[in-house]
Amino acid sequence: MKARRARALRARTTAMTAPTAPRSALRRAMRPLRPASPAMRVGLGLAFFVLFVALWALATFGGLVSPFFLADPFTMLQEGWLLFTRFGFIGDIGITVWRVFGGFILAGLVAVPLGILMGAYKPVEAFLEPFVSFARYLPASAFIPLLILWAGIGETQKLLVIFIGAVFQIILMVAGAVGGTRRDLVEAAYTLGATDGGVVRRVLIPAAAPQIAEILRLVLGWAWTYVIVAELIGSSAGIGHMIVDSQALLNTGQIIFGIIVIGVIGLISDTAFKALNRRLFAWSLA
Amino acid sequence: MIEIEGVARTFPGARGRSPTRALEPVRLSVARNDFVTILGPSGCGKSTLLRIVAGLDEATEGQVRLPSGPVTGPGPDRGMVFQSYTLFPWLTVAENIAFGLREKRMPKAERAEIVAFYVDKVGLRGFEGHHPRQLSGGMQQRVAIARALANDPAVLLLDEPFGALDNQTRSLMQELLLKIWEDDRKTVLFVTHDIEEAIFLGSRCVVMTARPGRVKADIPIGLPHPRLYKLKTAPEFMALKERLTEEIREEAIKAA
Ligand SMILES: Nc1ncnc2c1ncn2[C@@H]1O[C@H](COP(=O)(O)OP(=O)(O)OP(=O)(O)O)[C@@H](O)[C@H]1O
Ligand SMILES: [Mg+2]
Repeated sequence: MKARRARALRARTTAMTAPTAPRSALRRAMRPLRPASPAMRVGLGLAFFVLFVALWALATFGGLVSPFFLADPFTMLQEGWLLFTRFGFIGDIGITVWRVFGGFILAGLVAVPLGILMGAYKPVEAFLEPFVSFARYLPASAFIPLLILWAGIGETQKLLVIFIGAVFQIILMVAGAVGGTRRDLVEAAYTLGATDGGVVRRVLIPAAAPQIAEILRLVLGWAWTYVIVAELIGSSAGIGHMIVDSQALLNTGQIIFGIIVIGVIGLISDTAFKALNRRLFAWSLA
Repeated sequence: MIEIEGVARTFPGARGRSPTRALEPVRLSVARNDFVTILGPSGCGKSTLLRIVAGLDEATEGQVRLPSGPVTGPGPDRGMVFQSYTLFPWLTVAENIAFGLREKRMPKAERAEIVAFYVDKVGLRGFEGHHPRQLSGGMQQRVAIARALANDPAVLLLDEPFGALDNQTRSLMQELLLKIWEDDRKTVLFVTHDIEEAIFLGSRCVVMTARPGRVKADIPIGLPHPRLYKLKTAPEFMALKERLTEEIREEAIKAA
Protein backbone atom coordinates (compact mmCIF):
# COMPACT_ATOMS: atom_id res chain seq x y z
CA MET A 1 0.00 0.00 0.00
CA LYS A 2 2.68 2.38 1.09
CA ALA A 3 4.95 1.35 -1.78
CA ARG A 4 2.19 1.92 -4.27
CA ARG A 5 1.55 5.42 -3.02
CA ALA A 6 5.26 6.20 -3.14
CA ARG A 7 5.44 5.01 -6.74
CA ALA A 8 2.43 7.09 -7.68
CA LEU A 9 4.01 10.10 -6.04
CA ARG A 10 7.26 9.55 -7.90
CA ALA A 11 5.36 9.21 -11.17
CA ARG A 12 3.65 12.49 -10.51
CA THR A 13 6.85 14.35 -9.70
CA THR A 14 8.58 13.03 -12.83
CA ALA A 15 5.57 14.11 -14.86
CA MET A 16 5.95 17.57 -13.37
CA THR A 17 9.63 17.82 -14.17
CA ALA A 18 9.19 16.22 -17.61
CA PRO A 19 9.66 19.46 -19.63
CA THR A 20 13.32 19.64 -18.57
CA ALA A 21 14.08 15.96 -19.20
CA PRO A 22 16.13 15.24 -22.36
CA ARG A 23 13.38 13.13 -23.92
CA SER A 24 11.10 16.13 -23.95
CA ALA A 25 12.77 17.92 -26.89
CA LEU A 26 10.75 15.81 -29.30
CA ARG A 27 7.62 16.18 -27.20
CA ARG A 28 7.99 19.94 -27.24
CA ALA A 29 8.61 20.07 -30.98
CA MET A 30 5.49 18.00 -31.57
CA ARG A 31 3.11 20.32 -29.72
CA PRO A 32 0.13 21.07 -31.98
CA LEU A 33 0.66 24.24 -34.08
CA ARG A 34 4.05 24.94 -32.52
CA PRO A 35 6.21 26.58 -35.23
CA ALA A 36 9.37 24.77 -36.35
CA SER A 37 12.68 26.66 -36.49
CA PRO A 38 13.94 27.56 -40.00
CA ALA A 39 16.88 25.14 -39.68
CA MET A 40 14.56 22.33 -38.70
CA ARG A 41 12.22 23.08 -41.59
CA VAL A 42 14.99 23.00 -44.19
CA GLY A 43 16.57 19.91 -42.64
CA LEU A 44 13.36 17.93 -42.44
CA GLY A 45 12.26 19.06 -45.90
CA LEU A 46 15.53 17.88 -47.44
CA ALA A 47 15.43 14.67 -45.39
CA PHE A 48 12.33 13.52 -47.18
CA PHE A 49 13.95 14.04 -50.60
CA VAL A 50 16.93 12.01 -49.43
CA LEU A 51 14.65 9.28 -48.13
CA PHE A 52 12.75 9.24 -51.41
CA VAL A 53 15.88 8.90 -53.54
CA ALA A 54 17.24 6.26 -51.17
CA LEU A 55 14.12 4.14 -51.54
CA TRP A 56 14.25 4.59 -55.30
CA ALA A 57 17.92 3.56 -55.38
CA LEU A 58 17.15 0.57 -53.18
CA ALA A 59 14.36 -0.56 -55.50
CA THR A 60 16.40 -0.18 -58.69
CA PHE A 61 19.96 -1.09 -57.64
CA GLY A 62 18.61 -3.84 -55.38
CA GLY A 63 16.98 -5.44 -58.39
CA LEU A 64 13.47 -5.21 -56.98
CA VAL A 65 12.30 -3.46 -60.16
CA SER A 66 13.48 -4.27 -63.66
CA PRO A 67 15.43 -1.41 -65.33
CA PHE A 68 13.05 -1.89 -68.24
CA PHE A 69 10.27 -0.28 -66.17
CA LEU A 70 12.16 2.06 -63.91
CA ALA A 71 15.64 3.50 -64.47
CA ASP A 72 17.94 3.90 -61.48
CA PRO A 73 18.90 7.41 -60.26
CA PHE A 74 22.33 7.32 -61.98
CA THR A 75 20.98 6.32 -65.37
CA MET A 76 18.37 9.02 -64.96
CA LEU A 77 21.05 11.67 -64.38
CA GLN A 78 23.12 10.41 -67.31
CA GLU A 79 20.11 10.49 -69.61
CA GLY A 80 19.34 13.95 -68.34
CA TRP A 81 22.84 15.11 -69.19
CA LEU A 82 22.45 13.66 -72.67
CA LEU A 83 19.13 15.42 -73.09
CA PHE A 84 20.77 18.78 -72.48
CA THR A 85 23.99 18.19 -74.42
CA ARG A 86 22.68 16.25 -77.42
CA PHE A 87 18.96 16.78 -77.77
CA GLY A 88 18.56 20.48 -77.05
CA PHE A 89 16.30 19.87 -74.04
CA ILE A 90 16.75 23.47 -72.90
CA GLY A 91 14.72 24.52 -75.95
CA ASP A 92 11.90 22.17 -74.93
CA ILE A 93 11.92 23.61 -71.45
CA GLY A 94 11.81 27.14 -72.83
CA ILE A 95 8.81 26.36 -75.03
CA THR A 96 6.88 24.69 -72.22
CA VAL A 97 7.56 27.55 -69.83
CA TRP A 98 6.43 30.11 -72.38
CA ARG A 99 3.21 28.13 -73.02
CA VAL A 100 2.44 27.91 -69.32
CA PHE A 101 3.01 31.59 -68.66
CA GLY A 102 1.37 32.69 -71.92
CA GLY A 103 -1.82 30.75 -71.28
CA PHE A 104 -1.80 31.64 -67.60
CA ILE A 105 -1.34 35.37 -68.18
CA LEU A 106 -4.08 35.43 -70.82
CA ALA A 107 -6.42 33.64 -68.41
CA GLY A 108 -5.50 36.04 -65.59
CA LEU A 109 -6.08 39.11 -67.76
CA VAL A 110 -9.59 37.92 -68.58
CA ALA A 111 -10.51 36.24 -65.32
CA VAL A 112 -9.33 38.67 -62.64
CA PRO A 113 -11.39 41.66 -63.87
CA LEU A 114 -14.42 39.43 -64.47
CA GLY A 115 -14.06 37.88 -61.03
CA ILE A 116 -13.85 41.34 -59.43
CA LEU A 117 -16.97 42.46 -61.29
CA MET A 118 -18.82 39.31 -60.21
CA GLY A 119 -17.74 39.65 -56.60
CA ALA A 120 -18.66 43.33 -56.41
CA TYR A 121 -21.89 43.44 -58.40
CA LYS A 122 -24.39 40.75 -57.49
CA PRO A 123 -26.47 40.99 -60.71
CA VAL A 124 -23.30 40.27 -62.72
CA GLU A 125 -22.70 37.33 -60.42
CA ALA A 126 -26.26 36.07 -60.88
CA PHE A 127 -25.76 36.34 -64.66
CA LEU A 128 -22.41 34.57 -64.93
CA GLU A 129 -21.99 32.38 -61.87
CA PRO A 130 -24.14 29.40 -62.95
CA PHE A 131 -22.41 29.16 -66.31
CA VAL A 132 -18.91 29.56 -64.91
CA SER A 133 -19.60 26.96 -62.20
CA PHE A 134 -20.68 24.58 -64.94
CA ALA A 135 -17.74 25.40 -67.20
CA ARG A 136 -15.28 24.93 -64.38
CA TYR A 137 -16.03 21.22 -64.30
CA LEU A 138 -15.37 20.76 -68.02
CA PRO A 139 -11.98 19.06 -68.10
CA ALA A 140 -9.55 21.14 -70.11
CA SER A 141 -7.87 18.03 -71.47
CA ALA A 142 -11.13 16.84 -73.01
CA PHE A 143 -11.11 19.96 -75.16
CA ILE A 144 -7.79 19.05 -76.75
CA PRO A 145 -9.24 17.08 -79.69
CA LEU A 146 -11.71 19.87 -80.36
CA LEU A 147 -9.05 22.56 -80.05
CA ILE A 148 -6.78 20.68 -82.46
CA LEU A 149 -9.68 20.69 -84.91
CA TRP A 150 -10.20 24.42 -84.47
CA ALA A 151 -6.70 25.73 -84.01
CA GLY A 152 -4.41 23.00 -85.32
CA ILE A 153 -1.51 21.71 -83.29
CA GLY A 154 0.30 25.02 -83.07
CA GLU A 155 0.90 27.32 -80.14
CA THR A 156 -2.65 28.73 -80.17
CA GLN A 157 -4.03 25.32 -79.26
CA LYS A 158 -1.59 24.87 -76.36
CA LEU A 159 -2.34 28.31 -74.97
CA LEU A 160 -6.07 27.66 -75.28
CA VAL A 161 -5.88 24.44 -73.29
CA ILE A 162 -4.24 26.26 -70.41
CA PHE A 163 -6.58 29.21 -70.82
CA ILE A 164 -9.65 26.99 -70.57
CA GLY A 165 -8.21 25.07 -67.65
CA ALA A 166 -7.40 28.22 -65.68
CA VAL A 167 -9.88 30.93 -66.59
CA PHE A 168 -13.06 29.60 -64.96
CA GLN A 169 -11.28 28.57 -61.79
CA ILE A 170 -9.74 32.01 -61.38
CA ILE A 171 -13.04 33.79 -62.07
CA LEU A 172 -14.91 31.87 -59.40
CA MET A 173 -12.24 32.08 -56.74
CA VAL A 174 -11.60 35.80 -57.30
CA ALA A 175 -15.35 36.48 -57.15
CA GLY A 176 -15.44 34.61 -53.84
CA ALA A 177 -12.51 36.56 -52.45
CA VAL A 178 -13.93 39.95 -53.47
CA GLY A 179 -17.44 39.03 -52.29
CA GLY A 180 -16.04 38.02 -48.91
CA THR A 181 -14.61 41.47 -48.14
CA ARG A 182 -15.36 42.56 -44.57
CA ARG A 183 -18.66 44.43 -44.62
CA ASP A 184 -17.59 46.81 -41.86
CA LEU A 185 -14.67 48.06 -43.99
CA VAL A 186 -17.09 48.77 -46.83
CA GLU A 187 -19.42 50.59 -44.45
CA ALA A 188 -16.54 52.61 -43.01
CA ALA A 189 -15.61 53.69 -46.54
CA TYR A 190 -19.18 54.83 -47.23
CA THR A 191 -19.29 56.91 -44.04
CA LEU A 192 -16.06 58.54 -45.22
CA GLY A 193 -17.81 59.65 -48.38
CA ALA A 194 -16.66 56.94 -50.78
CA THR A 195 -18.67 56.52 -53.97
CA ASP A 196 -19.70 53.05 -55.22
CA GLY A 197 -16.80 53.07 -57.67
CA GLY A 198 -14.50 54.27 -54.90
CA VAL A 199 -15.53 51.34 -52.71
CA VAL A 200 -14.68 48.88 -55.50
CA ARG A 201 -11.35 50.53 -56.30
CA ARG A 202 -10.21 51.51 -52.84
CA VAL A 203 -11.71 48.83 -50.61
CA LEU A 204 -12.81 45.66 -52.41
CA ILE A 205 -9.78 45.34 -54.70
CA PRO A 206 -7.05 46.10 -52.14
CA ALA A 207 -8.78 43.99 -49.48
CA ALA A 208 -8.97 40.98 -51.81
CA ALA A 209 -5.57 41.53 -53.47
CA PRO A 210 -3.55 39.16 -51.24
CA GLN A 211 -6.09 36.39 -51.76
CA ILE A 212 -6.19 37.05 -55.50
CA ALA A 213 -2.41 36.70 -55.61
CA GLU A 214 -2.64 33.40 -53.73
CA ILE A 215 -5.33 32.18 -56.13
CA LEU A 216 -3.08 32.99 -59.09
CA ARG A 217 -0.22 31.10 -57.48
CA LEU A 218 -2.42 28.06 -56.96
CA VAL A 219 -3.76 28.09 -60.52
CA LEU A 220 -0.28 28.53 -61.99
CA GLY A 221 0.51 25.17 -60.38
CA TRP A 222 -2.45 23.60 -62.15
CA ALA A 223 -1.43 25.17 -65.46
CA TRP A 224 1.66 22.95 -65.40
CA THR A 225 -0.52 19.86 -65.47
CA TYR A 226 -2.56 21.13 -68.40
CA VAL A 227 0.48 22.06 -70.48
CA ILE A 228 2.04 18.62 -70.22
CA VAL A 229 -1.24 16.96 -71.19
CA ALA A 230 -1.53 19.32 -74.15
CA GLU A 231 2.03 18.47 -75.18
CA LEU A 232 1.52 14.73 -74.87
CA ILE A 233 -1.03 14.98 -77.65
CA GLY A 234 -0.05 16.45 -81.01
CA SER A 235 3.08 18.39 -80.29
CA SER A 236 6.54 18.69 -81.81
CA ALA A 237 8.38 20.34 -78.94
CA GLY A 238 8.18 20.82 -75.20
CA ILE A 239 8.82 18.70 -72.12
CA GLY A 240 5.64 16.67 -72.67
CA HIS A 241 6.66 15.95 -76.24
CA MET A 242 10.07 14.73 -75.07
CA ILE A 243 8.33 12.41 -72.60
CA VAL A 244 6.19 10.84 -75.33
CA ASP A 245 9.28 10.42 -77.57
CA SER A 246 11.16 8.72 -74.73
CA GLN A 247 8.29 6.36 -74.13
CA ALA A 248 8.52 5.19 -77.74
CA LEU A 249 12.22 4.48 -77.10
CA LEU A 250 11.46 2.81 -73.73
CA ASN A 251 13.84 5.32 -72.10
CA THR A 252 12.43 5.55 -68.56
CA GLY A 253 15.48 7.54 -67.44
CA GLN A 254 14.55 10.41 -69.73
CA ILE A 255 10.88 10.25 -68.76
CA ILE A 256 11.71 10.50 -65.09
CA PHE A 257 14.21 13.26 -65.74
CA GLY A 258 11.53 15.22 -67.62
CA ILE A 259 9.06 14.78 -64.77
CA ILE A 260 11.63 15.91 -62.23
CA VAL A 261 12.49 18.98 -64.31
CA ILE A 262 8.81 19.92 -64.29
CA GLY A 263 8.75 19.53 -60.54
CA VAL A 264 11.85 21.66 -60.07
CA ILE A 265 10.59 24.47 -62.33
CA GLY A 266 7.25 24.34 -60.54
CA LEU A 267 8.95 24.60 -57.18
CA ILE A 268 11.09 27.54 -58.31
CA SER A 269 8.20 29.51 -59.79
CA ASP A 270 6.02 28.76 -56.79
CA THR A 271 8.66 29.89 -54.33
CA ALA A 272 9.29 33.06 -56.33
CA PHE A 273 5.55 33.76 -56.49
CA LYS A 274 5.17 33.19 -52.76
CA ALA A 275 8.09 35.50 -51.98
CA LEU A 276 6.65 38.17 -54.25
CA ASN A 277 3.23 37.95 -52.59
CA ARG A 278 4.81 38.21 -49.20
CA ARG A 279 6.68 41.36 -50.23
CA LEU A 280 3.69 42.97 -51.87
CA PHE A 281 1.19 42.17 -49.14
CA ALA A 282 3.21 42.36 -45.97
CA TRP A 283 0.29 44.15 -44.30
CA SER A 284 -1.91 41.06 -44.53
CA LEU A 285 0.47 38.74 -42.68
CA ALA A 286 -0.40 38.10 -39.09
CA MET B 1 -29.30 69.29 -36.00
CA ILE B 2 -30.46 65.64 -35.97
CA GLU B 3 -34.16 64.87 -35.72
CA ILE B 4 -34.92 61.23 -35.07
CA GLU B 5 -38.63 61.05 -35.84
CA GLY B 6 -40.30 57.88 -34.64
CA VAL B 7 -37.57 55.60 -35.95
CA ALA B 8 -38.33 51.89 -35.47
CA ARG B 9 -36.59 48.81 -36.82
CA THR B 10 -37.78 45.24 -37.15
CA PHE B 11 -35.42 42.62 -38.55
CA PRO B 12 -37.17 39.99 -40.64
CA GLY B 13 -36.89 36.50 -39.18
CA ALA B 14 -34.61 34.10 -40.98
CA ARG B 15 -36.31 31.06 -42.51
CA GLY B 16 -39.67 31.01 -40.82
CA ARG B 17 -38.46 32.31 -37.49
CA SER B 18 -40.37 35.22 -36.02
CA PRO B 19 -39.02 38.71 -36.83
CA THR B 20 -36.91 40.60 -34.26
CA ARG B 21 -38.18 43.94 -33.06
CA ALA B 22 -34.92 45.78 -32.30
CA LEU B 23 -36.25 49.31 -31.85
CA GLU B 24 -39.61 50.67 -30.81
CA PRO B 25 -40.33 54.11 -32.30
CA VAL B 26 -37.63 56.46 -30.98
CA ARG B 27 -38.05 60.21 -30.93
CA LEU B 28 -34.96 62.25 -30.21
CA SER B 29 -33.78 65.69 -31.13
CA VAL B 30 -30.09 66.51 -30.99
CA ALA B 31 -29.09 70.17 -30.98
CA ARG B 32 -26.05 71.51 -32.80
CA ASN B 33 -22.84 71.20 -30.77
CA ASP B 34 -24.50 68.81 -28.35
CA PHE B 35 -22.71 65.73 -27.02
CA VAL B 36 -25.44 63.15 -26.51
CA THR B 37 -24.57 59.80 -24.99
CA ILE B 38 -26.92 56.88 -25.53
CA LEU B 39 -26.84 54.41 -22.67
CA GLY B 40 -28.53 51.02 -22.74
CA PRO B 41 -28.08 47.34 -21.97
CA SER B 42 -26.54 45.01 -24.52
CA GLY B 43 -28.82 44.16 -27.42
CA CYS B 44 -31.23 47.05 -26.90
CA GLY B 45 -30.73 48.45 -30.38
CA LYS B 46 -28.11 51.15 -29.75
CA SER B 47 -25.99 50.13 -32.71
CA THR B 48 -29.09 49.76 -34.85
CA LEU B 49 -30.20 53.32 -34.03
CA LEU B 50 -26.75 54.74 -34.76
CA ARG B 51 -26.50 52.82 -38.03
CA ILE B 52 -29.84 54.24 -39.12
CA VAL B 53 -28.60 57.78 -38.40
CA ALA B 54 -25.43 56.95 -40.36
CA GLY B 55 -27.56 55.71 -43.26
CA LEU B 56 -26.06 52.22 -43.10
CA ASP B 57 -29.36 50.65 -42.12
CA GLU B 58 -32.94 51.59 -42.99
CA ALA B 59 -35.69 52.34 -40.51
CA THR B 60 -38.85 50.27 -40.97
CA GLU B 61 -40.84 53.22 -39.61
CA GLY B 62 -40.08 56.91 -39.20
CA GLN B 63 -37.10 58.81 -40.49
CA VAL B 64 -33.97 60.71 -39.52
CA ARG B 65 -33.87 64.33 -40.62
CA LEU B 66 -30.77 66.50 -40.97
CA PRO B 67 -30.61 70.21 -41.92
CA SER B 68 -29.84 69.00 -45.44
CA GLY B 69 -32.94 66.78 -45.55
CA PRO B 70 -33.94 63.23 -44.62
CA VAL B 71 -31.19 60.60 -44.42
CA THR B 72 -31.25 58.27 -47.42
CA GLY B 73 -27.78 56.76 -47.18
CA PRO B 74 -24.33 57.17 -45.70
CA GLY B 75 -22.38 60.34 -46.41
CA PRO B 76 -19.29 62.26 -45.36
CA ASP B 77 -21.42 64.70 -43.36
CA ARG B 78 -21.80 61.98 -40.70
CA GLY B 79 -18.49 60.49 -39.61
CA MET B 80 -18.63 57.18 -37.81
CA VAL B 81 -16.35 55.27 -35.46
CA PHE B 82 -17.34 51.62 -35.16
CA GLN B 83 -17.53 49.17 -32.29
CA SER B 84 -15.09 46.87 -34.15
CA TYR B 85 -11.71 47.91 -35.52
CA THR B 86 -12.34 49.10 -39.06
CA LEU B 87 -9.09 50.68 -40.20
CA PHE B 88 -8.11 49.65 -43.70
CA PRO B 89 -5.33 47.15 -42.98
CA TRP B 90 -3.49 47.78 -46.27
CA LEU B 91 -3.15 51.52 -45.61
CA THR B 92 -0.78 53.23 -43.19
CA VAL B 93 -2.02 55.41 -40.36
CA ALA B 94 -1.57 58.54 -42.50
CA GLU B 95 -3.27 56.96 -45.51
CA ASN B 96 -6.17 55.81 -43.37
CA ILE B 97 -6.69 59.32 -42.04
CA ALA B 98 -6.48 60.71 -45.58
CA PHE B 99 -9.01 58.20 -46.98
CA GLY B 100 -11.98 60.57 -47.05
CA LEU B 101 -9.85 63.50 -48.21
CA ARG B 102 -8.63 61.52 -51.21
CA GLU B 103 -12.20 60.61 -52.03
CA LYS B 104 -12.90 64.37 -52.12
CA ARG B 105 -9.93 64.75 -54.52
CA MET B 106 -8.22 67.18 -52.21
CA PRO B 107 -4.73 68.19 -53.42
CA LYS B 108 -1.87 66.31 -51.83
CA ALA B 109 -0.27 69.20 -49.94
CA GLU B 110 -3.53 70.19 -48.30
CA ARG B 111 -4.21 66.56 -47.42
CA ALA B 112 -0.82 66.17 -45.75
CA GLU B 113 -1.47 69.26 -43.64
CA ILE B 114 -4.79 67.96 -42.34
CA VAL B 115 -3.38 64.50 -41.70
CA ALA B 116 -0.50 65.96 -39.69
CA PHE B 117 -2.92 68.06 -37.66
CA TYR B 118 -5.06 65.08 -36.66
CA VAL B 119 -2.10 62.76 -36.11
CA ASP B 120 -0.92 65.30 -33.56
CA LYS B 121 -4.36 65.71 -32.09
CA VAL B 122 -4.71 62.01 -31.28
CA GLY B 123 -1.11 61.78 -30.13
CA LEU B 124 0.24 59.44 -32.78
CA ARG B 125 3.16 61.41 -34.16
CA GLY B 126 5.85 58.97 -35.23
CA PHE B 127 3.31 56.29 -36.17
CA GLU B 128 2.19 57.81 -39.50
CA GLY B 129 3.87 55.07 -41.52
CA HIS B 130 2.66 52.15 -39.37
CA HIS B 131 0.06 49.70 -40.56
CA PRO B 132 -2.97 48.96 -38.35
CA ARG B 133 -1.71 45.52 -37.34
CA GLN B 134 1.32 47.21 -35.78
CA LEU B 135 -0.90 49.27 -33.46
CA SER B 136 -2.59 48.48 -30.17
CA GLY B 137 -6.36 48.53 -29.96
CA GLY B 138 -6.39 51.97 -28.33
CA MET B 139 -4.13 53.38 -31.03
CA GLN B 140 -6.33 51.90 -33.73
CA GLN B 141 -9.42 53.57 -32.30
CA ARG B 142 -7.54 56.87 -32.07
CA VAL B 143 -6.72 56.58 -35.75
CA ALA B 144 -10.37 55.74 -36.45
CA ILE B 145 -11.40 58.93 -34.62
CA ALA B 146 -8.82 60.97 -36.53
CA ARG B 147 -9.98 59.41 -39.79
CA ALA B 148 -13.57 60.43 -39.09
CA LEU B 149 -12.61 63.94 -37.93
CA ALA B 150 -10.27 64.65 -40.85
CA ASN B 151 -13.32 64.60 -43.10
CA ASP B 152 -14.74 67.47 -41.05
CA PRO B 153 -18.22 65.94 -40.66
CA ALA B 154 -21.11 67.97 -39.24
CA VAL B 155 -21.98 65.03 -36.97
CA LEU B 156 -19.74 62.47 -35.31
CA LEU B 157 -21.29 59.07 -34.53
CA LEU B 158 -19.42 56.81 -32.12
CA ASP B 159 -20.55 53.25 -31.40
CA GLU B 160 -18.85 52.01 -28.21
CA PRO B 161 -15.48 53.01 -29.64
CA PHE B 162 -13.67 52.17 -26.40
CA GLY B 163 -15.70 49.07 -25.58
CA ALA B 164 -12.84 46.65 -26.26
CA LEU B 165 -10.17 48.59 -24.33
CA ASP B 166 -8.89 48.07 -20.82
CA ASN B 167 -9.95 50.49 -18.09
CA GLN B 168 -6.85 52.69 -18.00
CA THR B 169 -6.66 53.08 -21.76
CA ARG B 170 -10.37 53.70 -21.86
CA SER B 171 -10.06 56.58 -19.34
CA LEU B 172 -7.27 58.19 -21.31
CA MET B 173 -9.26 57.86 -24.53
CA GLN B 174 -12.29 59.46 -22.89
CA GLU B 175 -10.17 62.44 -21.85
CA LEU B 176 -8.72 62.68 -25.34
CA LEU B 177 -12.14 62.61 -26.99
CA LEU B 178 -13.50 65.14 -24.53
CA LYS B 179 -10.60 67.47 -25.21
CA ILE B 180 -11.16 67.18 -28.96
CA TRP B 181 -14.83 67.99 -28.45
CA GLU B 182 -14.12 70.92 -26.15
CA ASP B 183 -11.87 72.34 -28.88
CA ASP B 184 -14.35 72.39 -31.73
CA ARG B 185 -17.73 71.26 -30.34
CA LYS B 186 -18.95 68.99 -33.07
CA THR B 187 -22.38 67.45 -32.74
CA VAL B 188 -21.75 64.02 -31.26
CA LEU B 189 -23.90 60.94 -30.78
CA PHE B 190 -22.03 58.49 -28.56
CA VAL B 191 -23.30 54.98 -27.82
CA THR B 192 -22.09 53.15 -24.72
CA HIS B 193 -23.15 50.74 -22.02
CA ASP B 194 -20.70 52.25 -19.52
CA ILE B 195 -22.45 54.58 -17.09
CA GLU B 196 -19.36 56.56 -16.06
CA GLU B 197 -18.45 57.06 -19.69
CA ALA B 198 -21.93 58.30 -20.49
CA ILE B 199 -21.80 60.91 -17.70
CA PHE B 200 -18.19 61.97 -18.10
CA LEU B 201 -18.47 62.65 -21.83
CA GLY B 202 -22.03 63.74 -22.37
CA SER B 203 -23.84 67.01 -22.04
CA ARG B 204 -26.98 64.89 -22.14
CA CYS B 205 -27.58 61.22 -21.55
CA VAL B 206 -30.38 59.23 -23.17
CA VAL B 207 -31.18 55.94 -21.43
CA MET B 208 -32.75 53.19 -23.50
CA THR B 209 -34.89 50.29 -22.36
CA ALA B 210 -34.04 46.64 -22.91
CA ARG B 211 -34.97 45.23 -26.33
CA PRO B 212 -37.01 46.40 -28.05
CA GLY B 213 -35.31 49.70 -27.29
CA ARG B 214 -37.19 52.87 -26.49
CA VAL B 215 -36.06 56.12 -24.87
CA LYS B 216 -36.56 55.55 -21.16
CA ALA B 217 -35.03 58.72 -19.74
CA ASP B 218 -33.35 61.81 -21.08
CA ILE B 219 -31.07 63.33 -18.47
CA PRO B 220 -29.12 66.58 -18.88
CA ILE B 221 -25.57 66.35 -17.54
CA GLY B 222 -24.93 69.82 -16.19
CA LEU B 223 -21.28 69.28 -15.28
CA PRO B 224 -19.08 72.21 -16.32
CA HIS B 225 -16.38 72.02 -19.00
CA PRO B 226 -13.45 71.52 -19.20
CA ARG B 227 -13.87 68.24 -17.37
CA LEU B 228 -10.91 66.44 -15.86
CA TYR B 229 -10.72 62.82 -14.77
CA LYS B 230 -10.94 63.94 -11.12
CA LEU B 231 -14.54 64.81 -11.83
CA LYS B 232 -15.35 61.11 -11.73
CA THR B 233 -15.11 61.14 -7.95
CA ALA B 234 -16.93 64.45 -7.37
CA PRO B 235 -20.27 64.35 -5.50
CA GLU B 236 -22.32 65.74 -8.43
CA PHE B 237 -20.89 63.01 -10.63
CA MET B 238 -21.70 60.38 -8.02
CA ALA B 239 -25.28 61.60 -7.73
CA LEU B 240 -25.78 61.29 -11.49
CA LYS B 241 -24.12 57.93 -11.49
CA GLU B 242 -26.44 56.67 -8.79
CA ARG B 243 -29.47 57.85 -10.65
CA LEU B 244 -28.40 56.33 -13.96
CA THR B 245 -27.40 53.11 -12.27
CA GLU B 246 -30.96 52.75 -10.98
CA GLU B 247 -32.41 53.45 -14.43
CA ILE B 248 -30.14 51.05 -16.26
CA ARG B 249 -30.29 48.32 -13.63
CA GLU B 250 -34.01 47.75 -14.16
CA GLU B 251 -33.37 47.32 -17.85
CA ALA B 252 -30.38 45.07 -17.42
CA ILE B 253 -32.48 42.76 -15.26
CA LYS B 254 -35.09 42.60 -18.02
CA ALA B 255 -32.46 41.95 -20.66
CA ALA B 256 -30.66 39.21 -18.73
N1 LIG C 1 -28.69 42.27 -39.16
C1 LIG C 1 -29.50 41.82 -38.18
N2 LIG C 1 -30.39 40.84 -38.42
C2 LIG C 1 -31.20 40.40 -37.46
N3 LIG C 1 -31.23 40.87 -36.21
C3 LIG C 1 -30.38 41.86 -35.89
C4 LIG C 1 -29.46 42.38 -36.86
N4 LIG C 1 -28.73 43.35 -36.27
C5 LIG C 1 -29.17 43.42 -34.99
N5 LIG C 1 -30.16 42.53 -34.77
C6 LIG C 1 -30.89 42.34 -33.49
O1 LIG C 1 -31.26 43.60 -33.03
C7 LIG C 1 -31.04 43.73 -31.63
C8 LIG C 1 -30.27 45.00 -31.35
O2 LIG C 1 -28.96 44.89 -31.89
P1 LIG C 1 -27.88 46.03 -31.70
O3 LIG C 1 -26.65 45.57 -32.38
O4 LIG C 1 -28.44 47.31 -32.16
O5 LIG C 1 -27.68 46.02 -30.12
P2 LIG C 1 -26.71 46.92 -29.24
O6 LIG C 1 -27.56 47.71 -28.34
O7 LIG C 1 -25.75 47.67 -30.10
O8 LIG C 1 -25.95 45.82 -28.40
P3 LIG C 1 -24.41 45.82 -27.90
O9 LIG C 1 -24.31 46.74 -26.74
O10 LIG C 1 -24.21 44.40 -27.46
O11 LIG C 1 -23.57 46.22 -29.05
C9 LIG C 1 -30.30 42.49 -31.20
O12 LIG C 1 -31.13 41.74 -30.36
C10 LIG C 1 -30.01 41.72 -32.44
O13 LIG C 1 -30.33 40.38 -32.26
MG1 LIG D 1 -23.71 47.55 -30.54
